[in-house]
Amino acid sequence: MSAIYILWLRQLKRYSRSRARMVMSMMQPLMFLAALGMGFSPVFKKAGEGNYLQFLGPGVIAMSVMFTGVFSGIEILWDRQFGFLKETLVAPVSRLQIVFGRTLGSATVAVFQGLLMLMICLVAGVRIHSAALLPAAVGFMFLIALFFTSIGTAVGSLMEDMQGFQLVTNVLVMPLFFFSNALFPLAGLSRPLRVLLHANPLVYGMDGLRGSLGGTFNQGAGVDVLILGALTGLVMALAAWLFSRIQL
Amino acid sequence: MGPIIEVNGLTKRFGSFCAVDEITFEVAAGQVFAFLGPNGAGKTTTIKMLTTILRPTSGKILVNGFDPTRQPNQVRKSIGIGFQDPSLDDQLTAAENMEFHGVLYGVPRRLRRQRTEKLLRIVELWDRRSELVKRFSGGMKRRLEIARALLHQPRIIFLDEPTVGLDPQTRNRIWSFIKQLVLEETVTAFFTTHYMEEADRVAEQIAVIDHGKIVAEGTSSSLKEKAAAATLEDAFIALTGHAMRDEEASASDTMRLGRKMWSRR
Repeated sequence: MSAIYILWLRQLKRYSRSRARMVMSMMQPLMFLAALGMGFSPVFKKAGEGNYLQFLGPGVIAMSVMFTGVFSGIEILWDRQFGFLKETLVAPVSRLQIVFGRTLGSATVAVFQGLLMLMICLVAGVRIHSAALLPAAVGFMFLIALFFTSIGTAVGSLMEDMQGFQLVTNVLVMPLFFFSNALFPLAGLSRPLRVLLHANPLVYGMDGLRGSLGGTFNQGAGVDVLILGALTGLVMALAAWLFSRIQL
Repeated sequence: MGPIIEVNGLTKRFGSFCAVDEITFEVAAGQVFAFLGPNGAGKTTTIKMLTTILRPTSGKILVNGFDPTRQPNQVRKSIGIGFQDPSLDDQLTAAENMEFHGVLYGVPRRLRRQRTEKLLRIVELWDRRSELVKRFSGGMKRRLEIARALLHQPRIIFLDEPTVGLDPQTRNRIWSFIKQLVLEETVTAFFTTHYMEEADRVAEQIAVIDHGKIVAEGTSSSLKEKAAAATLEDAFIALTGHAMRDEEASASDTMRLGRKMWSRR
């Protein structure tokens, strides 16, 4: 237990000490919010879908959560190259505890980034349906964070260099982001495309997050939690297995 | 005292390449033991097997009475490791690095605090315990690394080239700290180095490994006598030959270069 705690704490301390990282990882979602938010607002309204910014807000929140989560996997590469991984791997604790503590810590950091983005959204004019549902929103952020942090951990355990990591995460994560309901609603899509998109785990996290912020769920909160939760469990197990096989 | 490390017929093969070839040796408890050899001779591979990082292909190891392959956690509790490359978190302070280590090794809070203070005072870093490690010099990092390796009161400390890349003043200081710690903590020290005069000065027992085999064993004077050499360095060269050894660049070397290009730390 205390091993998990200290690894969690380490991720938080490292995060709190790198302001640059905090700001840099906000840039991309901010750009999406500003450019897409302004650009598509008139079309969205004309199509009778209402306020696009209101729709996009949860999308960019999820975006900052998922990218912070995935790129935390890079820290495994740093730790490996700069020796700290050795310090943890020769300690008398199981790899399972190490990978669990790390993942929890990085996921917590990703949720912080999401909350930061939420505040920016509020300033930009996104409205929250009810404050009572905020804990649910944080919960969905955490599930999204866990899912993508685990992907980052899995890739980080497999790769030995930065370029490889970036390549794999881009190939893996970009499609998950763009082919989801983060930037556009699924409602008007053709049936095959809609079916395809429902195979994307982010769609459920997105629906849960948008639902808890805006008040209306597409799939229902229960379905969202169940499906995303189960998939998160699977990815976490995969990440733990790959991490446990790391050779120094 | 009896042996605290026993190695018997230890072998490690990577594919067809035999990095460590049926080596057998012992280290007596409380001793300062030097493990010498040219680059690529099998030193690091042997240390990795002794410290549970790598599984041997065959042979037997006992570290403090435990088998690293079957009882890795008991071995890990019995040993402290000062790695060749720094293994500190440079985004944490010196005290936080100690705390992290102590918690991972299950050292109770009070003892943790006590040990941290004692060890940091010995290596003269107590006044700078709240500074981030990234502001430390190479010598300070090495000292912190050694102090941290002893935090959980191990029986044996492994030091892989503890003085590499440091100036003579710092190297001397590091050795005086190590000697002081070995005395006060009653640990066995197992170290590697390329500085033969250091091994000559501090090691009570020396083993020389080359091409995966132990080529000589004994005290510094017995090695000199055997090779009919005036210094340990001459004896070392007589034992291992003049040919230079080339190591291939590892992934971490290329990576380190890359990081220097991308960030200015």
